[in-house]
Amino acid sequence: MIALEGHHKSALEISDVWKYYGDFPALRAVALNIEPGSTMALLGRNGAGKTTLLRIIAGLSRPSRGSIKIQGADAREQTTRQRIGILGHGIALYDELSAIENLTLFGRLYGLPDPRKRADEMLERVGLARVRDGLAREFSRGMRQRLAVGRAFLHDPEVLLLDEPFTALDDRAIAVLQSMIQEMRLRGRTIIMSTHQLREALELASHVALLQRGQIVHTGERTQQMLDDTGWLYRTYGEN
Amino acid sequence: MPDPTVIIMFLRQVWTITAKDLHSELRTKEALNASIAFSVTILLLFNWAFDPSSEQVQEFSGGLLWMTYTFAAALVLNRSFARELQNDCLDALIASPISSSALFVGKALANFVILLAVELFSLPFFLLFYNVSWTADRCLPMLLVLALGTWALTVIGTLFSALTVNLKLRELMVPMLVYPMMIPALIAAITVTTNLVAGNPLGLGTRLLLAFDIIFTALAVALVDTVLVG
Repeated sequence: MIALEGHHKSALEISDVWKYYGDFPALRAVALNIEPGSTMALLGRNGAGKTTLLRIIAGLSRPSRGSIKIQGADAREQTTRQRIGILGHGIALYDELSAIENLTLFGRLYGLPDPRKRADEMLERVGLARVRDGLAREFSRGMRQRLAVGRAFLHDPEVLLLDEPFTALDDRAIAVLQSMIQEMRLRGRTIIMSTHQLREALELASHVALLQRGQIVHTGERTQQMLDDTGWLYRTYGEN
Repeated sequence: MPDPTVIIMFLRQVWTITAKDLHSELRTKEALNASIAFSVTILLLFNWAFDPSSEQVQEFSGGLLWMTYTFAAALVLNRSFARELQNDCLDALIASPISSSALFVGKALANFVILLAVELFSLPFFLLFYNVSWTADRCLPMLLVLALGTWALTVIGTLFSALTVNLKLRELMVPMLVYPMMIPALIAAITVTTNLVAGNPLGLGTRLLLAFDIIFTALAVALVDTVLVG
């Protein structure tokens, strides 16, 4: 478990979280404290429980036992959700709405003072300003992915949850996402990223947590050894 | 006394969702076209199957109208939350700061507007096909009955649309769950509508509908967060 510095409030405090689907424990006694400004790589094989954990943190699911506090508040409180940005498996965009309509909608949902203006700025940032009035369903896959990135970062979240963010992105979308993540890191935002792509994750991460069969088997700072030998973590702490 | 800021925020959130749903529906017209076509077709077919006298029409008018509206409503209500599954939009909505109750009320209001539009569009066909004599003084009472009955359909249907959103057989489950729950409201709506067509006073049914609407709206708003966040 990452040590909690006494004078810092945790960005994320996960206490003894269990999650059952019927009788099956998808998460078992998960405990984690993540300091503000950390970039946490949440690693694990398929079925380890990474997505389940992220969904609970995002407030999409309730733990069967335990609690999750984000900056000291419950994950389901409206003010907490205001501060969280999510980029999941789905792009979370409406096909029948245009790019500007999609981002303006989410700007309104997040209570931004001038949603349309912010949407325009974000479309510029992700390179979709020229097609702002195009319907999302008419976009190429890469364009849809960049629009999804724009949606996740639109309200300048303090805590960002990324579930397999680089999977199936094209080169341009990867570049946009990497630069926005880098920007957030420099601004001291907290990022939790679940991924199979070890190299990309470890290059960005300041800390790692390895999940195996619903349990945290290792947490700690990212080391040079992890970068030099990306398989080391799984060989040392994972299943044989 | 609730904080006015909280109320204003709630209303803004409701309006955002209602506007989004109506905007999407006007752009695609999927549910609207299907339910209008269904309503008009059913009214036409029943007119073809029977050749009712004016007395017979007065007897079954309420039942025919509300059966038509109820089955047409399934085409709208089934899709209410299911449309959010595409691209994982429902997750994005639940994760956003909007309250589950605002999400529910916003969607219910959009469904209500769509259903009312379908009913008002098909009502003249009913009056025409079945030679119903109609006077202007019955318009407002009819609007009241339509509004109360349609809200009953909407609130139950929208809640069960949320409840069944992640089920594989939701198109089957929503009608199976909604129709039995709707029996008291439908009986009241049928009775009141039949009275209205016959030129009789509305009766107690209006109060029953109002009570049904208030109770089930309160229940739905209270339960929807538990339904949506598993």
